[in-house]
Amino acid sequence: MATHLFGDTAVLTGRSLRHITRSPDTIITTALMPIAMMLLFVYVFGGAIDTGSASYVNYLLPGILLITIASGVAYTAFRLFTDLQSGIFERFQSLPIARSGVLWGHVLTSLVANLISLVIVVGVALLMGFRTGAGVAAWLAVAGILVLFTLAVTWLAVVAGLSAKSVDGASAFSYPLIFLPFLSSAFVPTETMPGPVRAFAENQPVTSIVNTIRALFAEQPVGSDIWIALAWCVGLLLAAYAFAVALYRRKIS
Amino acid sequence: MAMTTQSVIQVQGLEKSYKELKVLRGVDFDVRRGTIFALLGSNGAGKTTVVRILSTLLRADAGTATVNGFDVATQPDKVRESFSLTGQFAAVDEILSGRENLVLVAKLRHLDEPGKIADELLARFSLTEAGGRRVATYSGGMRRRLDIAMSLIGNPPVIFLDEPTTGLDPQARIEVWNSVKELAEHGTTVLLTTQYLDEAEKLADRIAILHQGHIIVNGTLAELKQLLPPAKVEYVEKQPTLEDVFLTLVGTDK
Repeated sequence: MATHLFGDTAVLTGRSLRHITRSPDTIITTALMPIAMMLLFVYVFGGAIDTGSASYVNYLLPGILLITIASGVAYTAFRLFTDLQSGIFERFQSLPIARSGVLWGHVLTSLVANLISLVIVVGVALLMGFRTGAGVAAWLAVAGILVLFTLAVTWLAVVAGLSAKSVDGASAFSYPLIFLPFLSSAFVPTETMPGPVRAFAENQPVTSIVNTIRALFAEQPVGSDIWIALAWCVGLLLAAYAFAVALYRRKIS
Repeated sequence: MAMTTQSVIQVQGLEKSYKELKVLRGVDFDVRRGTIFALLGSNGAGKTTVVRILSTLLRADAGTATVNGFDVATQPDKVRESFSLTGQFAAVDEILSGRENLVLVAKLRHLDEPGKIADELLARFSLTEAGGRRVATYSGGMRRRLDIAMSLIGNPPVIFLDEPTTGLDPQARIEVWNSVKELAEHGTTVLLTTQYLDEAEKLADRIAILHQGHIIVNGTLAELKQLLPPAKVEYVEKQPTLEDVFLTLVGTDK
């Protein structure tokens, strides 16, 4: 059956991408919330926040990008859950296909949808005055980290979609993910936070990812942050993937 | 036990429990090629469990089952190439059009010319006009017809229909019945589960009644009718219906 894995995954990815083109609102709502936050923080709170950098939108954008991904993957959990409920999931399972293709179809769709949302958010940030002199290599590094982060949280979304008992439950896992950047260096420097909060903020994945992306855009050295960020992304990805596959095996056996 | 080459589905000593609840306690039956076999039972009798085991979606605790000569436990890939399942709820993609649903399944069955297959099935199930519309706009009967059409892609020799008319209006039921009859005429073997007695009576060549985890009776409609005591004939003017047979056999204690 493995011989069909790529073909079957392509067919199933095409199917769920079609869901997105038929309801583009899922991409628009994914992009809308982070854009609203960006407007709020830049034009309302931003004036009062001292980040030490010249442009608050430059400071803020990396965290906003992570929030975009965190809210985008909720739709992956939702789509997977809907498939399970509607019986089309069982139809796929009863066909002579590569069975992991069913999950990969959703994961690749999530990747495409999130990349589109990210492009929209970056576009709005440019309109709001975001500027970077980052070269091609730095942009590729940013894209690579965002892709890794998207894959990691998408597999978390697969876990949520497979184990959820209700539609609300399927997407609820994304709330803590959306909230996590607030307890990081995404909006304000961690030095201003009281001890325990600061300790948490400096040692959770978002801070290292945000710092890395910020440094890449600002053409600064990324230091050890990039390795910590990569370790978090890859670790989370492997753990979520293993958990999702185990859950899926139990579900279909 | 008839182990002839004519048997396309063979089930022997099938057992399945969910925790403490013993749903199947040794189920045996055979289905011959090109016939419609109805598995009849009340809600919760275990009909769906039998279908899920046969369609490799669930493992049995004990017993064996073969579909088209392949063992469901040891050759699931071969089994999946041999059958098609139409579950209790129409397994269609609401966001895609009817035609796109058919093309999708044809591609997943790795067939050539998926578009041509889709168009032929749309025509056969009177869905050509609706083919380009999203399934979300379809009526219950149209959805079921599309569901069955999707099951026919690749001409699997065996079709499992799990309560195909539950929740349908009478008009849609007749549409589905006609589709099922047509299937058997094309040589497809159909295993049908239902809780509607008239459905089994209308469609099935053989009927088995699943009750408390066992097949308590298995035969043609005529054979089943003979199970009632003839004295009953004196009091009723019409022939006993299958409903009478069923209720007498499973008891009316509830």
